[in-house]
Amino acid sequence: MKLVIGIVRPEQANQVLEALHRAEVRGFSMSRVQGHGGEMDRVETYRGTTVQMGLSEKVRFEVAVSDGFAQKTVDAICEGGRTGEVGDGKIFVVPLDHAVRIRTGDADEGAVTPVGK
Amino acid sequence: MSGVDTGDTAWMLIATALVLLMTPALGLFYAGLVRSKNTLNTFMMCVAAIAVATVTWAAVGYSLAFDGDGALIGGLGNAFMSGVDFAPREEGTIPELLFFAFQGTFCIITVALISGAVVERMRFGAFLVFSALWSVLVYAVLAHWAFGGGWLIAGGTLDFAGGVPVEMASGFSALAAALVVGARKDYGRQALLPHNAMYVLLGAGLLWFGWFGFNGGSGFNTGTSSVLAFTNTLLCPATTLLVWFALDVIRGRKVTAIGAATAIIVGCVLITPAGGFISPGWAMLLGALGAIPSWGIIAYRTRTRVDETLDVLAAHGTAGFFGILFIGFFAQESWNGLSDGLFYGNAAQLWDQVLAALAAPAYAFVATFVLLKVIGAVMPLRTTEREEAGGLDVNQHGEEAYVTGEGAILLLPDDHEKVAVPVVDPG
Repeated sequence: MKLVIGIVRPEQANQVLEALHRAEVRGFSMSRVQGHGGEMDRVETYRGTTVQMGLSEKVRFEVAVSDGFAQKTVDAICEGGRTGEVGDGKIFVVPLDHAVRIRTGDADEGAVTPVGK
Repeated sequence: MSGVDTGDTAWMLIATALVLLMTPALGLFYAGLVRSKNTLNTFMMCVAAIAVATVTWAAVGYSLAFDGDGALIGGLGNAFMSGVDFAPREEGTIPELLFFAFQGTFCIITVALISGAVVERMRFGAFLVFSALWSVLVYAVLAHWAFGGGWLIAGGTLDFAGGVPVEMASGFSALAAALVVGARKDYGRQALLPHNAMYVLLGAGLLWFGWFGFNGGSGFNTGTSSVLAFTNTLLCPATTLLVWFALDVIRGRKVTAIGAATAIIVGCVLITPAGGFISPGWAMLLGALGAIPSWGIIAYRTRTRVDETLDVLAAHGTAGFFGILFIGFFAQESWNGLSDGLFYGNAAQLWDQVLAALAAPAYAFVATFVLLKVIGAVMPLRTTEREEAGGLDVNQHGEEAYVTGEGAILLLPDDHEKVAVPVVDPG
């Protein structure tokens, strides 16, 4: 099993959702995060105070999948998240030791496979 | 000063301030309806209307609207506020300087209203240029027709507080603006939801409060028609609200808060042209009936390709149109001292109202369409797709509405010079 973590632009989040849906990846969570990559900082001024905003809003997807689904998930996040400009985000794939579906107690592959599959 | 009534003047001073409050209130209403990344830009369009339209009003707008009895346009006798002083206008009881200010606040809110059609994608600079030209070429002309001695008022059209120059003008101009500027890039592809329903409700509440000055002040005195319009401004939106509740329940089984906020606006617009001309009972009927077309157009519009984003046409154009026509049926001389409508035996009044309901939308739509095409030929009307995606707050103003401050590095004045200003990443 793998945990796929995708950090993307908030304005691309909907496209990522659509791409995941098309790839038949049904279970995931997303959260709002702030991050910094290679993009240029924004300079903002609030009355007399000028600041350099080092952190940008990003959306973080976390998708736990069986090994066979990992590449499809990565491809979907790439397809949905890409604009071609600096700041599109990153994807990390990490091994996943153990997973449990709380409702049924199903473990591992059974827990990361959507209900009804 | 001879001819000035102190009571009338006192009320009109307050009414003017009430109307000015409506523009920031509209800013709240609109800002709540857009996505959070466009909050400040949306509000700033209303602030810009105050800045730009006040200056154009003082320069030529007021004069073109209120100097002389030309059929189509006023003169330049009062340009740059020449001759606008403490003496009242003909048959007036308040200083002309106050009359000027009161009418100026109408011009401001009308310009601000149109911004609802183009939020979330129009360039701020282009909107400033548009505001300046529109306030003179469209608002001042229609204000002259309906208020300032032009062909509509001279022909007998009744428009108490601005069904022609404010409501129909903004509504049909908004439709033209939405067509010329074009839809937001995400329109029809994603659900674009209001980001703060509380702003919407608070804005609607403050707008209603301000509307008592808008309608109650449009008699320019403390006489019967002002009192009638004031009280009708309470009655009409109340019945609009109730009917809107019912329509919401029929469609979705629930009464919605943003629907209620919209109903308040629609009710206030409905009574704007009719306020001082119809009885309280008819005002309540107007509010109830007038809710239906506006509700229907809002429900229908989102299924079209026309991204008239905040439904200025439905809330202002349609309701203004309905209110203007309603006068033709139910105006009552025993209440307004001027004229009866068809229902009381005067069919000619209905014809006068129909003329206004045809001419004002036609002029507003065509003039705005052409004006924006011309501005669009000189400068881009919209931000780039990339800027639109990132939000206009950061791109147009270099600020965010909901800034956290985390990761913000203070730039001292000395190192400010050394830093490139990549507010917009050239990519």
